[in-house]
Amino acid sequence: MSDQVIQNVIIPAAKVGLLLAVMGGLVAYLTLLERKILGFMQLRLAPRRVGPRGLLQPIADGIKLLIKEDVVPDGADRGLFLLAPILSIIPAFAALAVLPFASTPFELFGYEVTPYITDVNIGVLYVLSITSLGVYGIILGGWASNSKYSLLGALRSAAQMVSYEVPLGLSIIGVLMLAGTASMVGIVEAQRSSAWWFLVPQAVGLFCYFVSAVAETNRLPFDLPEAEAELVAGYQTEYAGMKFAFFMMAEYVNMIVVASIATTLWLGGWMRPFPNVEALAFLDWLNWAHPALSGLFWFSVKVLLILYIYIWLRGTFPRYRYDQLMRLGWKWLLPLSLANILITGLVLVWRNP
Amino acid sequence: MFRTEMMEVNMGPQHPSTHGVLRLALTLDGETVVDVKPIIGYLHRGVEKLCEHKIYVMVPPICDRLDYVGSASQNLGYIQAVEKLAGIEVPERARYIRTIIAELNRLASHLVWLGTHGLDIGAMTVFFYCLRDREHILDLFEAFCGARLTTNMFRVGGILDDLPAGWVEGCRRFIDMMPPRIEEYEGLLTNNRIWLERTKGVGVISAQDAVSWGVTGPMLRASGVAYDIRKTEPYAAYDQMEFDVPTRPEGDTYARYLVRLEEMRQSLRIIRQGLDRLPAGEIRAPKLKTRMKAPAGEVYHEIEGPRGVQGFYLVSNGGETPYRCHFRAPSFVNLAAIGVMSRGGLVADIVAVIGTIDIVLGDCDR
Repeated sequence: MSDQVIQNVIIPAAKVGLLLAVMGGLVAYLTLLERKILGFMQLRLAPRRVGPRGLLQPIADGIKLLIKEDVVPDGADRGLFLLAPILSIIPAFAALAVLPFASTPFELFGYEVTPYITDVNIGVLYVLSITSLGVYGIILGGWASNSKYSLLGALRSAAQMVSYEVPLGLSIIGVLMLAGTASMVGIVEAQRSSAWWFLVPQAVGLFCYFVSAVAETNRLPFDLPEAEAELVAGYQTEYAGMKFAFFMMAEYVNMIVVASIATTLWLGGWMRPFPNVEALAFLDWLNWAHPALSGLFWFSVKVLLILYIYIWLRGTFPRYRYDQLMRLGWKWLLPLSLANILITGLVLVWRNP
Repeated sequence: MFRTEMMEVNMGPQHPSTHGVLRLALTLDGETVVDVKPIIGYLHRGVEKLCEHKIYVMVPPICDRLDYVGSASQNLGYIQAVEKLAGIEVPERARYIRTIIAELNRLASHLVWLGTHGLDIGAMTVFFYCLRDREHILDLFEAFCGARLTTNMFRVGGILDDLPAGWVEGCRRFIDMMPPRIEEYEGLLTNNRIWLERTKGVGVISAQDAVSWGVTGPMLRASGVAYDIRKTEPYAAYDQMEFDVPTRPEGDTYARYLVRLEEMRQSLRIIRQGLDRLPAGEIRAPKLKTRMKAPAGEVYHEIEGPRGVQGFYLVSNGGETPYRCHFRAPSFVNLAAIGVMSRGGLVADIVAVIGTIDIVLGDCDR
């Protein structure tokens, strides 16, 4: 095999395979983490029967879902019904392709390997467009189920995701203006000179992004599409077994994706706190092994922090009503993110006329 | 050009938030509720007929199973009706203990209401907090009578037995513990913006509507009518207790939430007074036969249960069993007003309204 083939086919394929495998495990354990944290907040024990401290619970859940009967309801559109979970999980995983988990390339069998799958110059646009495809899975799933609850859930979901797409996209623009690039690696590099990355100059943007992202991923307090108290389980009502698991996995992968985007765009990606202060270099304590490990460490810490906030929200807030959700999106987040763009632009012009 | 049609949705009888086997036939215009018809009877056990074949002292355990969340009140109401019918005087100590138990039960019932109401609206954590505290009340019941839910603690002419050693102290510890816990629920909900948006102006029922639909209990008081049987026709030892009847003028879900929370505080106040003044003496009226006979006649007795006015109508023809029984179930009457409260609202409001009516289907269907 020529070097060309190895560099351009074998290594990326291996990285994709590794990422899918790791992400599958992470998603499973994210569900356990969520249950543990909720249990801690709600004064109960959370799973602890399967394996030491319940650590094998996700595996037991996975096996249970795999061996469940795969029901397709009468009158359902069979093709679309099978297609919907796949349509919802593919974009979730595809978005992982441009996330920079660390920067420094490392050597493997004489080949230089970057610790992310790829870096494209329109990385942010790629993520936005890919993640917005997830709504098709939900609409088709709700439509194909031939159930009124599913249909109502899917309609809510479509309206919600399309509405929150707008402030989500606009909230990112402030960062793009400061960084001057849409490449994910480039955006992280642009934050090197600032003590608190883009967190302080773009705090409003981060706020808008975070709220919209919670709505995008259908989590409490915006989990109307699957509001269990009203619509039983929304678009997922008729799904069972592995197809249901696909929807769940898509939700959790999406959580990881939006947390990673927030980390990359606002929290300095793989960089330690105060990346411009030399005296704090000891924070990169994993550098003795490899700088990529250190980057991965800080990236994971930040992503976990955001995921914790996600779960915390679920433990604390009641659920919004449909019309209130729309009002919040269009009347508050949209003007706020527009104002953020305007003010960022004015400051940039004032600084470098 | 486009054909529009209303959507008929069946909510229940198997549904996570209909609090049992309630079925609602909803007519929806998109998300807006055009009409709602409650369909009940899935839990009908023919209790009233059943009672006609039981001697008087065998009926209370059945009453427990009407409103199983507030079983002590059901029990108390029936037994007081029998006592009224047969003209039995109850010793003072028994009347005090009855009051304490009934108030503890009201507290337990309101805790279940708050937890499930919160859960329906999406506030998951409150549910676990509430059930944690309700557990203490059930422990107290268990220490007294051995049962936790369907307690059957009262007897015609008094109570089952005297309080066990240490019970009063345990009860005191509980009522000292509760006020900060109620603050905790309030901290999670009362000023929570989402909670306010979900409950304020939702499920409004005016005082006039409430009265004409026969709505009672916290729902009536949250519409501004200060009607409480414990004040108007005191039974047990309520005439010797000091407590307020909380009311709110708004008549919406938030007002009912505030009224019930305040009732929980008032219940604590009543229990504390009861424990402080608990008189010594007999706990059963003397010389009662198991197969007692009530003189021919009829009697209607009302008490203030956690959900509203619980009425007990007994007819006797002088025999060992009641000739006819009828129970006025507050859940049934309050549920009838669901149409007035939720027409024109959204689907999500239905869930809030069911929660705020605080129905128990066992009570509703009998």
